[in-house]
Amino acid sequence: MSGGVDSSVAAALLVEQGHDVIGLSMQLYDQSEGQTSFGSCCSIDDLHDARRVAAAIRIPHYIMNFERQFNEQVVSNFVAEYTAGRTPLPCARCNSDLKFATLAERAQGFGADAVATGHYARVFRDGRTGRYLLRRGADLSKDQAYFLFSLTQEQLASAVFPVGDRPKESVRDYARARNLPVADKPDSQEICFVPDNDYASFIRHRAPEAIQPGAIVAQDGTVLGTHAGIHRFTIGQRKGLGLTSSPTHAPMYVLALKPADGHVVVGPKMALERTTLTAAQVNWVMAKPTGDRRIVAQIRHRHQAAPATVRALEGERAELVFDTPQVAITPGQAAVFFDGDAVVGGGWIE
Amino acid sequence: MRVYFDYNATTPLAPVALEAVVRATRDLFGNPSSVHHFGQQAKAALDDARSAVAALINADPSEVIFTSGGTEADNFAIRGAAEALEATGRRHLVASAIEHEAVLNTLRALGRRGWRTTLVAVDQSGIVSPERIREAMAPDTALVSVMHANNEIGTIQPIAAIAAIAHEGGALMHTDAVQSAGKIPIDVRALQVDLLAMSAHKLNGPKGAGVLWVKRGTRMQPLLTGGKHERNRRAGTENVAAIAGMGAASLLAAQKMDLETPRISALRNRLEEAITARVPGTVVNGARGERVPNTTNISFDRVEAESLLIALDLEGIAVSTGSACSSGTLEPSHVLRAMGFPAHRTQNSLRFSLGLFSTDEEVDRVIEVIPRLVQKLRGLTSRTGGRPPSSSRSDDEHGGREDTDPS
Repeated sequence: MSGGVDSSVAAALLVEQGHDVIGLSMQLYDQSEGQTSFGSCCSIDDLHDARRVAAAIRIPHYIMNFERQFNEQVVSNFVAEYTAGRTPLPCARCNSDLKFATLAERAQGFGADAVATGHYARVFRDGRTGRYLLRRGADLSKDQAYFLFSLTQEQLASAVFPVGDRPKESVRDYARARNLPVADKPDSQEICFVPDNDYASFIRHRAPEAIQPGAIVAQDGTVLGTHAGIHRFTIGQRKGLGLTSSPTHAPMYVLALKPADGHVVVGPKMALERTTLTAAQVNWVMAKPTGDRRIVAQIRHRHQAAPATVRALEGERAELVFDTPQVAITPGQAAVFFDGDAVVGGGWIE
Repeated sequence: MRVYFDYNATTPLAPVALEAVVRATRDLFGNPSSVHHFGQQAKAALDDARSAVAALINADPSEVIFTSGGTEADNFAIRGAAEALEATGRRHLVASAIEHEAVLNTLRALGRRGWRTTLVAVDQSGIVSPERIREAMAPDTALVSVMHANNEIGTIQPIAAIAAIAHEGGALMHTDAVQSAGKIPIDVRALQVDLLAMSAHKLNGPKGAGVLWVKRGTRMQPLLTGGKHERNRRAGTENVAAIAGMGAASLLAAQKMDLETPRISALRNRLEEAITARVPGTVVNGARGERVPNTTNISFDRVEAESLLIALDLEGIAVSTGSACSSGTLEPSHVLRAMGFPAHRTQNSLRFSLGLFSTDEEVDRVIEVIPRLVQKLRGLTSRTGGRPPSSSRSDDEHGGREDTDPS
């Protein structure tokens, strides 16, 4: 229970369905003095909201301290990815490595059969294959299946998403109708541990030694300017390059980040387009395909999934070929493969 | 059946205390400072309570100052003494590292305003060495603050010996007696302290009342300024009902101590012996001899105390890991850390604290439930390689070695 409306309603729905529910919240970072500038979720106010909701629906509620685990499994990876020139996806790491791992294991210790969250996604069991499948949430504008692609079969088997088959507005209506104190709380939009969504200063604070200024170069190697560290950039970025002029007077975009020589490679929008990618640490939610499989693939949270062909490679990797070029395929983000609204699998873009 | 073994966090109200609170709330609404009949009635209730508290600690009633609780009493003791002594040039404060946050964070706050502070670590007995205090003293030490009994492990500190050292150096001696008052006899003259803090709700009284005992003649700067309440030492209209409850609870504690101490320590010892005998990989933290009768703190090897606490609560058994932080979550115990235990040991320890209403049946229930829960939680951690590591043995740990986590 994050203290938001979705997990609050998820808990309330389960209570209404007659389940024996225990509310768990995770304290993810130091809430002591001087640390109050942390981001938008799981703050001390949110934990307070979660407690109020638990009291309202009459379930026991516990705040578990996962500061160390969150730091080791999510924040460190986030910092390392940015300083290595990739753009991380911490929410997916948090789901598979913390919520449905450490937290789920603790819940099992309390006799829980399942772990429910407020994600907009759906799990069902395929009667034919016996596999647990993951589908997009009914409210496609809020769908979070993309962030859950790395859940294993074992994790999916005990995962429950009570709001996954509802539109967001009905979730809010439900909370209002039951006077849950979070009914009109705004959705969180940012990465919870980054204050004011300011990645650059967060990374600088966490890993000052990893930050090296470098050159902004064109595709042919011409130096166009300088930058204060590659952690400030992501593929497809246009703003904040600080270039006074570009050779063609056309807008310039970040095409690639080269941590080895500290180069930020820029070029015209056209050069951002690619049709192929490879993904690592691929998790197959449906059966691993033996040959080419037609799918639609999503390469970031707000990306319209595009038709592609995927093929499994050696070593838990996969190769993906889109039918049409896609803009800004970004290392560190997830490529998630769908069959209709069901997740086939996904992996981390290399 | 619900079991409450968290008396060091707070205690249920004794029926006589409840009666006193109800009576004062209903019948004694007058302002104790008022001249008229209503004021006199309320003032009389305050005076009765003051005498009852004074009797519990062998003090003179005129030395008893009512506060809002133990935290205010500790704040008043430290800030009041430090500020009163500021003009003399004494700008150094000494305390043990196992003090309650009410003391530690007050010292930190003074530290930010220019006072120097020295915290004295303890060994694995959990008992503060007077010699270490002597080494920490400086020529300008204003105050030494060492708790009478520790809230997490229950160890009783050699206050009289430490007070003698403080006084040799010309410093005042404060003791936080929140966890000892009502549990063991206290004689402020024998302890030779200048200041002593108590809390009503730790001795079966209500929340919202506490006491700072200030030895006659001790110069103190008030914490709160305003009217001339409490002999001009603590402004603000007194919380008559809570104070009346504290008086009744103090009277009861004094009357029943001779009977309750052996009864509660027998329950505690049976609980402690059964747990350590039936659950492998358990060890009692701190010296077992010099302890308040109601407290035991036990480490469970390869178990997250946080998980065990929740699992116990879901079985209706209320215990604690020590101090809870502001958000209600659990932090590694600063007390066990100050005792030099490695990180995992500070995170696998539970405190059981018993009291007035504790029964044999409650002890039986805990003894019955705990081995099963521990076994279940250990099964989960070993499967996924969670901390703490199975290779570490709980009986061979010394020093401040940091735990390395294989997960």
